[in-house]
Amino acid sequence: MTDTVMDTPTGLPEHPMPRATGCPFDPPPALKDLQAERPVSRVRIWDGSSPWMITRHEDVRALLGDPRISADPRRPGYPHRSAATRERDRTRNTLLTTDDPEHARLRRMVTAPFAIRKVEALRPSVRRIVDDLIEEMLAGPNPTDLVEAFALPLPSLVICALLGVPYEQHDFFQRHSRVLVHRASTREELLASSEALTDYLDGLLAAKLADPADDVLSTLAVERVATGELTRRQAAETGVLLLVAGHETTANMIALGTLALLRNPDQLALLRDRDDPKLVASAVEELLRYLNIVHSGRRRVALEDIEIGGELIHAGDGVIFANDIANRDPGAFPDPDRLDLTRDARRHVAFGYGVHQCLGQPLARVELQVAYSTLYSRIPTLAPATDFDQLEFKHDGFVYGVYELPVRW
Amino acid sequence: MRVEVDQPKCVASGQCVLVAPQVFDQDDEGTVQLLDATPGPELDEDVRESAAICPAAAIRLVEA
Ligand code: HEM
Ligand code: SF4
Repeated sequence: MTDTVMDTPTGLPEHPMPRATGCPFDPPPALKDLQAERPVSRVRIWDGSSPWMITRHEDVRALLGDPRISADPRRPGYPHRSAATRERDRTRNTLLTTDDPEHARLRRMVTAPFAIRKVEALRPSVRRIVDDLIEEMLAGPNPTDLVEAFALPLPSLVICALLGVPYEQHDFFQRHSRVLVHRASTREELLASSEALTDYLDGLLAAKLADPADDVLSTLAVERVATGELTRRQAAETGVLLLVAGHETTANMIALGTLALLRNPDQLALLRDRDDPKLVASAVEELLRYLNIVHSGRRRVALEDIEIGGELIHAGDGVIFANDIANRDPGAFPDPDRLDLTRDARRHVAFGYGVHQCLGQPLARVELQVAYSTLYSRIPTLAPATDFDQLEFKHDGFVYGVYELPVRW
Repeated sequence: MRVEVDQPKCVASGQCVLVAPQVFDQDDEGTVQLLDATPGPELDEDVRESAAICPAAAIRLVEA
C-alpha cells in the first residue's frame, strides 16, 4: 500500500481515481504515480474487470492511432464506463463507437461543415453571439452564474444554428444531454434520455426531409437518408452525437477555463492585455491541455496482441487511455503542471488521437478563441463571487467542469 | 523535403491546415489537399509539426 495508489484486495488500483482535495485542476495524484512508476499497467473498474491503463503521452498517441485497437463497445473485453452505458451501447452505433471502414464511412458524411474554411466563415456570427450574451449578462443581475449566462448558451446557440435545431427547445435537450454525460445516471435514465433525444432528432429530420433548409440536419436528410445511405434512425443518432458533443464539452471548457484563469491572474492579464490572435490560439490549446475536461479516459479493446511499454496487451483486453495525465507528461510538456499560455501545447491529446479525434475541434477552437479573447477584455473586473472551496466540480461527470460559476464585475 | 498525403486515411481534423496553411488545404468535404508538395526549407518546421500532429498518420515526409 502506498499513500496515493489505493490498493484493492487483488492489489490493483481502482479506476476512476479521486483528484486531490484543493487541486481541482490537476489529475488524480495516483495517476501521476502510475505514469512515473508503471506507465502501462492494469487497473480495476466498476464491473470487477481489469483493463490496461495507458498514461504516457507517447504511448497514448501510438496506441490510439493503432488499427489493432477497436472503439467498438460491443466487443467482449471493452471497458465500459458504467452498467448504464454498457446497456445503451448495445443498440447504438455512431461514428464514435465503430471501427474503420464503417467509421470512415459514417464520419465522412459529417466532416464537411467542420472544415477549417467553413468554420472560419462562422467566426463573425460566433462573435455576434458572444457580444450579445455579454451585453445581456451586463444588463442582468450582478453577481450571476457564468455557466447559465454565458458558457452554456454560447455553444448551444452555435451548434443549434449549424445543425438546424430550434434553440427555443434548449431546456429540453440540455436537460437530457446532462443525463448522458453524468456517470451516476441509472440505466433507465440514460436509456430514456437517449431515446427522447433520438426521437426528437428523428422528428426534426422528418421535417427537414419534407422542407430542407441550409443546415447540417437538412443535408443529412437529403443526401444520406433520402439516398438510403443511412436510415433515419442512424441519422438521428448522428444528430444526437453532434448536439451533445457540441455543447456540453465547449460549455465546460469556457466555465472551467475562466475559473483557471481567475486563479492564475498573471496568465489572465496576458490574455486580456495583449490583443494578439496568436496568443489567443495558443492559450486555447494550453487550456485544453491543462484542463483536459473529457477526463474519464478514452475506452478501447485490443484486437491483437500488442507489446507496449514492456507489457504485453493480449487480444481481447480492455484498454483505457488516460488523456488527462498524458497531457501532464513531463516527457512531452516541460513543467507540465504549470498553466503557461505561451507554451506550444498543440500536441495535447484533449481531443483524443487517431481516427476518432474530435470531429468538432475546429468549431470548438473558434468558439473558445472568441470567448476567451472577448469576455475578459469586455469585463476587466470579472471576479469570482463565491469562495473557491464552495464551488462544486463535476467529479462524477464524463465531462469535467463546474456546475455553477458565480461571478461579479 | 517532399510531402505526400494519403487522402483515404484523412479524418478531416483540420490540424495540418492550422499548422501549415501554405502547404495543406481541405476540399469541400474536409479531406486534405496538398497545395505544395515541395515546400521550401523555411517551412520545414511547420511541415514536420503537421506530420507529427496529424491524428490519422495521413501525412508522409520524404527527405530530399
Ligand atoms: C472543447 C470542446 C471539445 C472537447 C474537449 C472534445 C473532446 C473530444 C474527444 C476527446 C473525442 C474523442 C473520443 C474518442 O476518442 O473516443 C471527441 C470526439 C468527437 N467530438 Fe468532440 N470535443 C469538443 C467539442 C466538440 C464539438 C463542438 C463537436 C461537434 C459539433 C464535437 C463532436 C465530436 C464527435 C462527432 C466526435 C466523434 C468522432 C469520431 O468518433 O470519429 N466535439 N471529442
Ligand atoms: S491533420 Fe491529417 S487528418 Fe487532419 S486534415 Fe490534415 S491530413 Fe487530414
